[in-house]
Amino acid sequence: MSEAKTQEKKYPAPQGNPETQAFWDAAKQGKFMIKRCTACGEAHYFPRSICPFCFSDKTVWEGSSGEGEIYTFSLMRKSPTGPYAIGYVKLKEGPAVQTNFVDCDLGALKIGQKVKVVFKPTDGAPLPFFTPV
Amino acid sequence: MTIKGQAYIAGIFEHPTRHAPDKSTAQLHAEVAKGAIEDAGLTIDDVDGYFCAGDAPGGAWPMVDYLGFNTKKLRHIDSTETGGCSYIIHIGHAAEAIAAGKCSIALVTLAGKPRTSVMPPRAAGAEVDFEAAYGATTHNAYGMCAMRHMHDYGTTSEQLAWIKVAASHHAQYNPHAMLKDVVTVEDVVNSPMISDPLHRMDCCVVTDGGGALIVTTPEIAKSLKKPLVRLIGHGEAMKGPRGGKDLDLTYSAGVWSGPRAFEEAGVTPKDIKYASIYDSFTITVLMQLEDLGFCKKGEGGKFVADGNLISGVGKLPFNTDGGGLCSNHPVNRGGMTKILEAVRQLRGEAHPKVQVPNCDLALVHGTGGLLGVRHAASTAVLERV
Repeated sequence: MSEAKTQEKKYPAPQGNPETQAFWDAAKQGKFMIKRCTACGEAHYFPRSICPFCFSDKTVWEGSSGEGEIYTFSLMRKSPTGPYAIGYVKLKEGPAVQTNFVDCDLGALKIGQKVKVVFKPTDGAPLPFFTPV
Repeated sequence: MTIKGQAYIAGIFEHPTRHAPDKSTAQLHAEVAKGAIEDAGLTIDDVDGYFCAGDAPGGAWPMVDYLGFNTKKLRHIDSTETGGCSYIIHIGHAAEAIAAGKCSIALVTLAGKPRTSVMPPRAAGAEVDFEAAYGATTHNAYGMCAMRHMHDYGTTSEQLAWIKVAASHHAQYNPHAMLKDVVTVEDVVNSPMISDPLHRMDCCVVTDGGGALIVTTPEIAKSLKKPLVRLIGHGEAMKGPRGGKDLDLTYSAGVWSGPRAFEEAGVTPKDIKYASIYDSFTITVLMQLEDLGFCKKGEGGKFVADGNLISGVGKLPFNTDGGGLCSNHPVNRGGMTKILEAVRQLRGEAHPKVQVPNCDLALVHGTGGLLGVRHAASTAVLERV
């Protein structure tokens, strides 16, 4: 599958809502945000107003390094928009993020590989993806 | 308080069709309902509880009206929707309702036409903006689990293939099975890669069809003519990434639903003579067997190899109808057919070539949703009295 390169495709624009709008506003600035609970200290993704671990409402936005490593992935060999690789990245800050891997040789992906966030445009706010470092 | 022994499965029916261009979805529900009610020796007028899930067109109220229940009598309705395991959860909820006196004869139906009509999209949750664009499907969501399981435990494609091989050995005796040919490990690993590391033959079939069953009280079951099969333990659970902390895709919510069911039943995996294990993909079976305690975590590959799941050959006969991998997977939901084959085994009504001798204790387990994203699990222990 070394020929399986990422194709440029059109992604749906996030709809946003009052709870997550700050994430998308930051994404427009090229920043990848996570949430951290100041009561229990845990970071989480995707962002919630109430901490999913201790149920405190003392959660705050935090800029993520956007760096992490591939926890797992699966390469879909065929789809209407061509091959694509879904997976999870474990961020340096801890939380795992569901994503697609882009701008790389999809056939060479490996668990444990270092990756970093890259944004792709939509008709609205850009969406976060990950690419090998 | 327990449901142990409080509810019996007195009627079962699996629709023989696997391709139904000439029928409506509601019609298939009606046909399986009729089949299960008649198998029990009852009439629609006797039914006072109805259970259905997301496959029922329009939900419970149009189905109740369409099927023609006696609505003066119908007094318990449950449309719990947890994907493919909904129906395993339903039999537990039906037992709870029966034990509490809320109904006495409950009907559960599943039917649909993924091959010959349009499937409604899954409703979006809070995660939609953060996941929808990434194209999670059943194939790649289960592929992600298999990929990590292989990484952590050295599980191989050849070991996964044995699960399909075992299902195919059983399916050859099922005249209704969609795929009746016996396959080899080589056939499976040489079939086209769909979503790494899952090959085409690691995937279940897609079929039109359905199934239904009747859950009732001990007294009513004993007044009917069928062999007595009762529910003695039940568990349900859910699992998801939960904020992404300590993500581990090598185990399922079966690690919680299984022990709940075994504890209530007062039995252990070693006591089980036959197991219906949801086989949406080969990896689904392997992970669930580990999670339920049939072997240690990480040893599922060795456990399923060399025909250990083949009736008459291995230690744990599974899915003797051919399962979802070979026989039937109506509406992309495998829970119902898992219950039906377990009841056949306990009644002694399985095909003679796959019938487990003196089968008096069976397990049914399934998941619903996407194993690698968020899912439900349910476990039931059934006993022949």
